[in-house]
Formats: sequence, C-alpha cells, structure tokens
Amino acid sequence: MELSLPGVARATGHDGHELLFPDRARYHDVVAAHREAGFEMLSSLTAVDYLGHPGRTLPPEVAPERFELVAILLSLGQVKRVRVRVQVPEHDAEVTSVWDLYRGAEAMEREVFDMYGISFTGHPDLTRILMPEDWEGHPLRKDFGVGRVPVQFKHAPGPR
Amino acid sequence: MGLEDLQHNFLTGRVEDLVKWARRNSVWPVTFGLACCAIEMMSVGAADFDISRFGMEVFRASPRQADLMIVAGRVSQKMAPVLRQVYDQMMEPKWVISMGVCASTGGMFNNYAIVQGVDQVVPVDVYAPGCPPSPEMLLHAILTLHEKIRTGEITRRRAPQAQRPEELAGWVPERPDAIRLGTPR
Amino acid sequence: MTDRDHTATDAPAGVDPESPFVRETYEGAQELAPRAATATEELEREVGSVLRLPESHGVDMSDIDIEYPDDETMIINMGPQHPSTHGVLRLMMELDGETVLRTKPIIGYLHTGMEKTAEELTYQQGSTNVTRMDYLSPLNNELVFSLATEKLLGIELPPRAVWIRMLLSELQRMSSHLMWLATNGMDVGSTTMMIFGFRERELVLGFFEKTTGLRMNHNFIRPGGTAADLPDGWEDDVEVILDNVSSRLGDYDDLLTGQPIFRERMEGVGALSADEALNLSATGPILRSTGIPWDLRRTMPYLAYDEVDFDVIIGTYGDNFDRYAIRLNEIRESVRILWQVLDKMPPGDYRVQDKKVTPPPRARIDESMEALIHHFKIFTEGFKVPEGEVYVAIESPRGELGCYLVSDGSSKPYRLHIRAPSFVNLQSLPVMMHGGLVADAVATISSVDPVMGEVDR
Repeated sequence: MELSLPGVARATGHDGHELLFPDRARYHDVVAAHREAGFEMLSSLTAVDYLGHPGRTLPPEVAPERFELVAILLSLGQVKRVRVRVQVPEHDAEVTSVWDLYRGAEAMEREVFDMYGISFTGHPDLTRILMPEDWEGHPLRKDFGVGRVPVQFKHAPGPR
Repeated sequence: MGLEDLQHNFLTGRVEDLVKWARRNSVWPVTFGLACCAIEMMSVGAADFDISRFGMEVFRASPRQADLMIVAGRVSQKMAPVLRQVYDQMMEPKWVISMGVCASTGGMFNNYAIVQGVDQVVPVDVYAPGCPPSPEMLLHAILTLHEKIRTGEITRRRAPQAQRPEELAGWVPERPDAIRLGTPR
Repeated sequence: MTDRDHTATDAPAGVDPESPFVRETYEGAQELAPRAATATEELEREVGSVLRLPESHGVDMSDIDIEYPDDETMIINMGPQHPSTHGVLRLMMELDGETVLRTKPIIGYLHTGMEKTAEELTYQQGSTNVTRMDYLSPLNNELVFSLATEKLLGIELPPRAVWIRMLLSELQRMSSHLMWLATNGMDVGSTTMMIFGFRERELVLGFFEKTTGLRMNHNFIRPGGTAADLPDGWEDDVEVILDNVSSRLGDYDDLLTGQPIFRERMEGVGALSADEALNLSATGPILRSTGIPWDLRRTMPYLAYDEVDFDVIIGTYGDNFDRYAIRLNEIRESVRILWQVLDKMPPGDYRVQDKKVTPPPRARIDESMEALIHHFKIFTEGFKVPEGEVYVAIESPRGELGCYLVSDGSSKPYRLHIRAPSFVNLQSLPVMMHGGLVADAVATISSVDPVMGEVDR
C-alpha cells in the first residue's frame, strides 16, 4: 500500500527499502501522513554531511545540499520500513521537528543538533546531548577534525 | 601520610610494616566502572576470579570510604571533571589503577572525545594494559599495587597536594623524584 | 580539554556562584531546570501527555489539579558515578517527597566519537571500533556492521558462515541476559543472583575465548564471514554450556520469581503502555513487555532465523517484572535455538571466497604472490565498497540495533551511524518513573537495561 504523495521523489534503496525525498517544507507533512497510514514507530533519525562526497545517487528532481536528514519509519503492521531523506542547506540548517508526532524523536534530534548543528523548530529542549555544554563546534561535520593527538614515534598524524 | 618523616628504629620499623600490611590487605575500591573494562572488573569481583581473597570485594559507592580508584574504561571530555572530583573526595592514602588502554593512554580512540590518558587528570600508580585486560591481568595489576604499598614506594613518591592554582604556580618539588600532581584547575 | 571556567552567569538559579559548593560538573542547559525555567512542552511529560497529539501544541498547565510551586519540589542529582551498575548515566529527578515527578537522563559521559573514528578506519578495521559500543553483546554490533557492509558489497555468504554467526549471536544473547540478571539482581539487592549470573556467563566467555581469542570485544564477525572457523570439539563445549544453563535457570526461578520481596519490588513498578512504547520508539524487551510481539528475528528475519524454531516472549503489564520474565525466558529460547544450530550446522567455508574482500589463509601467503598482494591490499588500503547507503537492523538483547552506512566508493565508510537501542529506550525512562518512588529508580533503570557504550557511542 503506497501512500500517494504528489511532488515527492521516490526511489528504492540497496536494501529494498522505499526512499522518499521531500523538500524541507513538506517533510513534516510527509512524516505525518505516514503516521496516519500506520507507521507507528520512528526507528531512527540521523544526518549525513555530504561535504566532499564525490557524488551520491539522487533522483534527478532532488537538488543536493550539504546536509541530509535521514528518518527511518517503521510500520509494525505492514512489516515495512521507509526512509525519508531531506536535503538541508548549510547556511540555513533548520528543519521542523517531528517530536509532536513521535516522542521518540526527542533524543535523536538532540543528537543531530549536537553533532551537526541542524536546528529543529518545535523541539521542546534543543540542547547538546553528548558533548559537554560548553563545547564549540559540531563534531560529525566533515570540517571538524578528528582531533588526533600526535603519538611519539609515529611519524605523522595523518589518515591511517 | 605520617610515615615519611619517621626516623626508623627497630620498633617504629615494625609499626610501619604493620601499617603497610593493613593498608595493602584491605584496599577498598570505589565503583568507577565506565565502559567495557567495568565488565571485566565486575568479573574480578564475581566468583571465578574472586577479588575477595585479597580483601577487596567491598566496592564502596562513596569515595569517602574508598582507598583505590580503578579507572575502568575510557574517560570522555565530559567525564573528566567528574573523575577529578571523585578522586579529590577520596581520603589519603589513596591509589589509582588505570585499567585498560583507554584509561592509560586513550587506547584506540585517539580523537576529540577521549582524554588521552587518565594521568592527565589524576596521578596513576599502576597502569594495566589490555582491551579489556582479562581479569587475571587486573589481578596482576592489583598485586603489583600491593607490592608497591609493601615496599613503601608510595610514601616516598607523593608531594604535598595543593588545591588552588595560585599555590601551584612557581612550586618546585622538594625531592627531585617527586611528581607534580594533576592539572591545576 | 576545553576551558571550563564558569562565570557567575553559569551557576544554576538560586546558587551563589562564589560558594565552594558550586559543582564543577555543571552541565548547563542539559540539566533539569526548576519549573519556572522549563518550557511548557517539557513539563507536559509529567502529565502523561505523550500521546496527546498537540494539534493545539500542548496542554494548558492550569488545567491540571495539582500545582507544584518551585519550593515544594526538590531536584536531586544521581550523578554519573553511582552504585547502580549500569554505567555512567546521570539522572536528575524532581521529587515531591518521595514521588518522582520529572526525570531527565543526562548522557554523554562515555561519548567516544566512534562514529567519527569509523570514518578513519577501513571496513576491515571497522569491527574493532563498532564492537566496543554495546560492550555486553559485542558480536551483535559486529554482526550488524558486517551485514550492512555486505549489503553494499552485494555479496552472499556461504551457509556455514551464516550459521556460525547465528551460533555466536545466540550465545551472546544468552551471556548478555545472564549479565542483566546478575546486575539486576545486584541492583535489587540479591548478591547471590549476581554471583550466579557471572558464574554462568564465565562458561560462555570461556567458549568465546576458545573460538575468537578474546572474552569480550572479539572482532570476530567481519564483512565477508567470520575471522576463523569454529575450533574442533566446539559441539561438546556448547553442549556443556547448554546443559549447565538449562539446569540453573530453575535455580533462578526459585531464587527470584516466586520470592515475595522481589515480586513486590518489581511488579507494578515502571509500567509502560503499548502506545507509549511505540511512540517513544522503544524496542526489544521493553516493547515486548507491553504485549506487542515485535521481534526482528521473527518479523524481519536475518541470517537463518527463519529456519529455526523459537517463541517470541511477550508480557502483559509492561512493568519491571514482565521485563525480567521476558529476559529469563529469552535465555530458554536461546538455548532452544542453540540445540537446533548444533544439529543443523552445515559444513563448508566460514567466509566468502572473494579474494578482494576476505584475506587469504596465512599459509597461502608464502606460496602465492597474488595472495600476498591481496593480503597487503586488504590490510593496508582496504577493500573498496561501491557507493550507496543502506540500513540494516538486527535484534540485539536490548532491542533494534541498526546500522545506517553511507559509502562513497572508497575503502572507508563515509558515514556510519549505529541506531543504538539503549539510546532510544532511555527516553522511556522518564515515563516509567513518573509517579513512582525514588527508591524504585535503580530498579527501573536496571530493567531498561541501558549500556552506556552504545547510548553515547
């Protein structure tokens, strides 16, 4: 049973899951529509920083941005997973929160905020969750270094 | 600690041995299990590798009642002040075993999140390598610590502790082999 | 380390910043703030408004019968170092007398930057990193990472590799649940249970040491299969384990299940309803304790779980006792699966014979130049994985363990995200604890079974 979502690009992933590519404005509605259609659980919510990626496979109508928010919805009744991928630009990294639909999104969105700096409007408590409160920077961004300390007798702190 | 100033004669020498015997045979650890090494530490406390035969099965939850802090696991940036605070709350004499490679040097995680060696935060007496050290290795580390207590190296090594940065500034150790403790905060 | 000097503005409300008692471990906005400083939406949690869909975006707090002015409630901190054996979880609780109103778990005390480290390690090395996340069931972490990599590579494993993985995965489930029984027993006060649990667990760890070389953090399940074949005589070892564990499960029943003190402490405590669990994305024993029969081994089978016979255990009330019963019976089911694996283990290769992915056997390196080159390439540069992204999920002892892997065609993952079950399950803790007594906090945390390594990664 496929939801009719006009204007939202679709694809199928390597693992056979359905992929959806709504734009930021429609992301919340798409997730709400899925919740109505029986997707009771938000499995996972994470983000990817595509800075420096040689080229990812996207449907032609989707304009790639630096960040991509990935939400994985699960329907227990239909035993089905759907992946919703939203492009988030770097200069305006803000997305609507789905906390009002799935309470389980709270910690996941806080983690995305902490690690990537993407803000979620409508989130009750958008603070850092993994890093200390006074940490500067967002560690999982590609321009944030690993922070490797040079080790004696190893010639250079470069990639292994 | 009251022992290093004793000019030893036959009687006080014996007293020192007695005190050191008592100290090493009832070292009570504080529960400071952080990650995977904590599981191996718990295994040491359990049946197969019984730590109770060394008098150490009482893992005190309160640092005020503990002698030994076994830092078992990786110390993250957020945890480092907590570690220091728990260490400061322990009463002298106190010892630290750094269990596992993550506690000793940062281990396989040479990155922004892990303190590269817990000796940047607290002074360490025994380093136990391994990822995780098997319970036998931890017991070897504990016995090494007992040996250090027995031979009295501990009492010779420590320098007076200062609490405020102003006191530590310009401080010169009295004994050349003493170690400046910790990082001024 | 960052500079953590705190200025006067950083201290919590009502605290004199010059006082020697201002904590150096102040985590600012991550902590539980007094009511006056908390947003309405966050306060909503307290009235169980998890499911009240906020078309109006929230409950009007003046509708509620009991109002708590700030000086009537007390905010206490159960610091990252505490006697509960479940790792460095910090809990701030707001109490009205002994009743818990709001709870806020503060995590991050074990954040290791594993997802960032994974981007620096090749796929062959990836298992070493991922295995340290959920350190009570490390083989499951390696399994999910390997499954994700193999899906991107598009390779299929020989049957023996699949069944060896299943054997290890079920033994791991058994050892994790035994560990849970031990630590839960200790948290509730039964040190005998702790000794029992660890004693049984040593049998399983002995088998792991014989097979993989290590008691924990094995780095054994790698993309392409497993690192080595099972040792000779493994059937006898596994039979010894199964016989011992089966007979001793009866001991645990005698010790705990019928015992009135244990029942009083666990029944009715930490209750969660099915709707709440689904909305909070709880999986694993927490979800099954509310009555929903969702087990990925049955509903979305991976490995060869559709070829073995086992039951999915569900509870009724969603309280601590149900979760205890589920985990105890899951050990029985694992024993049942393992007897079948013993019978059905196929002969053959323990890893896929693709030279680009799996290293050659060590003896071949002396004989063949090609084997030497393949070995060198795999262990230095690593094998390249085609560009793409996948999400694979398995049923770990704590719930749905997922791996979202993005590859850019090189030999290192571009992005690795592990959907850790404990991270998500912790969100159900405030709901479980609301309205309960503070003395039940430790028992409830224990029944959620968080492993801080995977919560913080």
